[in-house]
Amino acid sequence: MALYFFYFFASTAILSSFFVIFANNPVHSVLWLIVTFFSVAGFFILVGAEFLALLLMIVYVGALAVLFLFVVMMLNINFAGLRSGVAQYLPFGILIGLVIFIELILAFVPWDFKEQSFNNLSSPINLSETNTVALGKVVYTDYFLLFQCAGIILLIAMIGSIVLTLRSRPDVKRQNITEQIFRDPNSSIEVKDINPGEGI
Amino acid sequence: MSENLKYLTPELFLVIFNLSFLCVMLFVKSSSILLNCNKIAALALIITAVLVYFNHVDANPIINGFYTSNEFTAFFKMLILFLSSVILYLSDAYLKKNDLLKYEFPILINFSVFGMLVVISSNDLMTLYLGIEIQSLSLYIIAAYRRDNLKSTEAGLKYFILGALSSGLLLYGISLVYGATGSTQFHTIYSAIMYTDRTLGMQIGMVFLLSAIAFKFAAFPFHMWTPDVYDGSPTPVTAFMAIVPKLAIGAILAKVLFDVFGGISDKWQLVLVFLSGGSMIIGSFGAIAQSNIKRILGYSSIGHVGFALMGLAAVSPEGLSGFIIYLFLYSIMMLGIFAFILNMEKDGVLVTDIYLLAKYSETNPATSFAFSLILFSLAGIPPLAGFICKLYVMMAIINSGLVYLALVGAIVSVIGAFYYLRIVYIVYFSESNDKLDANIPAGHLLVLFLSSTAIVVGTYNLLGIEPLTRAAAESLLY
Repeated sequence: MALYFFYFFASTAILSSFFVIFANNPVHSVLWLIVTFFSVAGFFILVGAEFLALLLMIVYVGALAVLFLFVVMMLNINFAGLRSGVAQYLPFGILIGLVIFIELILAFVPWDFKEQSFNNLSSPINLSETNTVALGKVVYTDYFLLFQCAGIILLIAMIGSIVLTLRSRPDVKRQNITEQIFRDPNSSIEVKDINPGEGI
Repeated sequence: MSENLKYLTPELFLVIFNLSFLCVMLFVKSSSILLNCNKIAALALIITAVLVYFNHVDANPIINGFYTSNEFTAFFKMLILFLSSVILYLSDAYLKKNDLLKYEFPILINFSVFGMLVVISSNDLMTLYLGIEIQSLSLYIIAAYRRDNLKSTEAGLKYFILGALSSGLLLYGISLVYGATGSTQFHTIYSAIMYTDRTLGMQIGMVFLLSAIAFKFAAFPFHMWTPDVYDGSPTPVTAFMAIVPKLAIGAILAKVLFDVFGGISDKWQLVLVFLSGGSMIIGSFGAIAQSNIKRILGYSSIGHVGFALMGLAAVSPEGLSGFIIYLFLYSIMMLGIFAFILNMEKDGVLVTDIYLLAKYSETNPATSFAFSLILFSLAGIPPLAGFICKLYVMMAIINSGLVYLALVGAIVSVIGAFYYLRIVYIVYFSESNDKLDANIPAGHLLVLFLSSTAIVVGTYNLLGIEPLTRAAAESLLY
């Protein structure tokens, strides 16, 4: 049964990644990318890594793909213009593709872990618990230092994006509610007595 | 777990200060506090240095083996904290003049320093990676800090993209080492390498790891970003990048080499000889054609990194001690140089062209003398401290039998002397109508004069640093 699911997810992953490249509309490309992510998440479920599958959904589909969509829609990129240089970059692209292909073939060489390596593992896989529980038990205890450091990296990224992009424009009109509430009728309303036919 | 936290006191203090400073400054409108935010942050760094001094020391790894706290880390941490606080103080005037003074600047610097503390103390490849990311992510941002300046944004982007590439190399190396040894902790990898047979995958991983660290260290084949980034970044940021990360990355490089791959020093010695020789050659030939002082210092720092690496290539306690002494004196000399460069102004604008220094000695004889003294020391002219530390690493490398590397160093330092002495020539003898017209603030002058005094006094006793470096080297080796 699992084998059929594997072939199903594998074929959708390969097909949809082809569509990512060949779709004419960049928005369609991003949507096909989401399909690819879903199929890969299926692989993770099949090998019993349900936490990674969920992370892939949340991070890649929920955040990154949406970010891509925003970029594609907000920035007015001329995609037809980008495609015009294909012939120019093709040899280099094929070269990199070849390198990655050879690396993939290398994966089929019978690699094996040293027995010694398993003795050194600081957090061996615990088969009696689910992934999420096992991770939760070490991430907040044994690995708290690394976890906090990762949090600080995210904070710095946030500060950085604000520092580099926020501009305070003095000419923009903003609503200041306290100022509005404390506005005094005496200073803002002027009563004038106008004689008929004269104006102010 | 909680008894482990006592080892983290300085880092915790720094992070808590940063976070609370960030929150408080959001609401502070008072301009007197805003104007002094650099000094407040510098004070926090000094307090952290004091905390490091009184911090607990343990020979064994702490916090589940992710961290260490010993003489070696304490020495580098105090040095880094002290130097960063001085640089924060020096950058104050520049930031005010260029309307760049925002409270995010000292916060980013402090976060970068925090990253360096983590890097220095790391005893695990994951801690090392996260520390390097914290320190360099902050550096990418402050390199592009003058966001309206084309060169500054270019520097930031260039540094970011190349830095991301080097992070990729680092992670790939870590994964290979982990696959081969089954652990990311330094001492476990060390014993795995010592007591089992060495795999090819582990050695490839080691080379990737060293390449990534060499990138952050700006050593030879990975130096290309240095002149552009140093030139484009705002000058205080250049000062920070040229001095402080070098110490942190140097410390971790020594630690990775001796604490992790200490058992296969025959494998990495040649890599280091290559890095060292190449950096020295690039550093001296690259700067000859430059007239921009920031680019010259970029190449100069590459050359000095090469000399410092010579100490590590010697693979001996003597060489390691020489490496630490070299980095220490390098940072002192660079601090003095940047205290001067931050004030190279003409008509209120910061300039970097060395020809504008023409006849600077006529108006400011004392400053020119101190400045030239540091340049002489950087060139390695005896009997100044810059010569003594070159002597240390060269003695170490000759004792290890690599005479040809010492020969390369000697030839290259003669060639490199040309561009340092050219600046001295311009300061004293060159003719020009354009002149600098800035008044150097007293604080900057103090740093310049202290630095030049230090390199003269350092000739006799190396500022009493030698026993400290020996203790540091020993705590790393044994």
